[in-house]
Amino acid sequence: MYSSEIILQTILSGILMGCIYALVAVGLCLIWGLMEIVNFAHGEMLMLAMFTSFWGFTLFHFDPLLSLPFCMLLLFLVGVATYFIIIKKILKAPFLAQILATFGLGIFLRYLAQFMWSPDFRTIKNPILSGNLNVGGLFIGIPQLAASVICVATFIVLYLLINKTEIGAALLATSEDREAASLMGINSDKMFALGWGIGAACLGVAGALMSNFYYIFPEVGFSFSLIAYVAVALGGFGSIPGSFVAGIIIGLVEFLSGLLIAPAFKYAFVFLIYLLVVFIRPQGLWGRY
Amino acid sequence: MGFNKKYIWLGLGAVIFLIYPLIFTLPFPRHVMIMIFLYATLGLAWNMIGGYAGQISLGHALFFGIGAYTSTLMLMKLGASPWVGMLVGGILSMGVSFIIGYPCFKLAGHYFAIATIAIGEIAQVWMLNWDWAGAAVGLTLPILPESLINLEFHSTKAPYYYIAFGLLILGLLATYGIDRSKLGYYFKAIKGDLEAARSLGINVTKYKFFALALSAFFTSICGSFYAQYVLFIDPDSVFPLMLSVIVCLVATLGGVGTIWGPVIGAFILIPISEFTRIYLGGGGKGTDLVLYGLLIIIISVYQPFGVIGIAKRFRKKESA
Repeated sequence: MYSSEIILQTILSGILMGCIYALVAVGLCLIWGLMEIVNFAHGEMLMLAMFTSFWGFTLFHFDPLLSLPFCMLLLFLVGVATYFIIIKKILKAPFLAQILATFGLGIFLRYLAQFMWSPDFRTIKNPILSGNLNVGGLFIGIPQLAASVICVATFIVLYLLINKTEIGAALLATSEDREAASLMGINSDKMFALGWGIGAACLGVAGALMSNFYYIFPEVGFSFSLIAYVAVALGGFGSIPGSFVAGIIIGLVEFLSGLLIAPAFKYAFVFLIYLLVVFIRPQGLWGRY
Repeated sequence: MGFNKKYIWLGLGAVIFLIYPLIFTLPFPRHVMIMIFLYATLGLAWNMIGGYAGQISLGHALFFGIGAYTSTLMLMKLGASPWVGMLVGGILSMGVSFIIGYPCFKLAGHYFAIATIAIGEIAQVWMLNWDWAGAAVGLTLPILPESLINLEFHSTKAPYYYIAFGLLILGLLATYGIDRSKLGYYFKAIKGDLEAARSLGINVTKYKFFALALSAFFTSICGSFYAQYVLFIDPDSVFPLMLSVIVCLVATLGGVGTIWGPVIGAFILIPISEFTRIYLGGGGKGTDLVLYGLLIIIISVYQPFGVIGIAKRFRKKESA
């Protein structure tokens, strides 16, 4: 059948991609944990980050690695703006209106990108991060490796930020009990805006790194949104370590089913795994409820 | 509103819609009305499970696609009349709704919504790769002589108009039946408080199944009609997530869990989308969809309870 080398290679690629999925998912997870809203425009924000990095490279010859901090900052602002313009107004609205509002934002951003930049597929040619490493017969793409290392690093920073700092404590307090946190002098409005900012900034990092090796086009976010929802639901809404593990699982399932069954069905298997997990454990792997 | 007055309005409305094709003889105004009727019926169907029973499905395109593909495949492979295909598709969709409902009804809120998205996406991937059913190329329906049995009309859109209107009436009657019967109260109880409904002795799962099966049946019929109307289907046109979202939006805009909500929603949303598509669409720019996205945001931010919600607020103010 398949040589062990190919299987190992696939597992490796799956894990590397999984790290990126994890970072994409954690932003969604953070926002959900804070205010129980699913951002259905998540993939489109990722797309914006990828385009920012692309235009930085094309217009100003800024390597994606250099424009990463800029992407992060820009997406942070996008997240905060989204909170103040849209989310703040629907905090008390019915569940359905919350879903539709962010869905509408996603459609708006996707087709705005198409309107401004055409639906073409683009790539960044010859970035600093390119080429392959050959480790004992296994090929590792340098952009992919760098992306997953930085994603994991960002993940750890985020984890420490939330669990070890005062801001993190305030965020956690707000997610536990909004009223009680406000009584303790925590401005829940600020915390929500911060949550959206941080959640979107994660996408800035992921998007800048992915622009090194992924096609950039207006609809790119769509599959990533779906994967992020699946990762967050799989890991358990609101659980940050859960979304990391789920990201890796999804990366592995995607690459292995692509190899062993058929590449066309790889996303179908990702969804199937999700369905299986939630049917057995409706709250997700690490969900609190 | 008095009993008689209400019936006069309904009768007047029915007459206006019956003579509409006689006044507007050009294809475009008729097409817009057909789309309004189609989406209103879809919205009504979604409303049964999403509005009355409160289970937010974002995968209704699945049933629409099943309807479209079943009638088309039966027509192409067996030569069966689309009407038969429509019925078979409806029954098949009900069957599928049971298979989906069995595991999914254990899930609540976002988990249910995302599970329905996942199922819809799996179906779309499946259809994109199923060669026997046309795969990604899609199916072009054979051109048959015009007749009611073949459900194909090439020279005029008027028969499609009346069939779509009939579908809408059917959907309205079914919704009216649900709203006024015990079933409607059970659905609303499930939406209001699942645990309380259960403790009152309502078999919650059974009624969720009922709501989903009814909803699937009507959605599927609309799918078959759509296939016969457009005469071309592919997985991207009958299984997309966007369709599920629009159906949900139509109901939300008008007012979820009400008889007339989805109809009002369709009458507002579909003309906007058709006109922007005609005047701004094309050229691969997607300008119409930019506006559409913006519209969705504005509606859900400013009118989360729909048009009927606003009307109710006004009436309350008047009486207060």
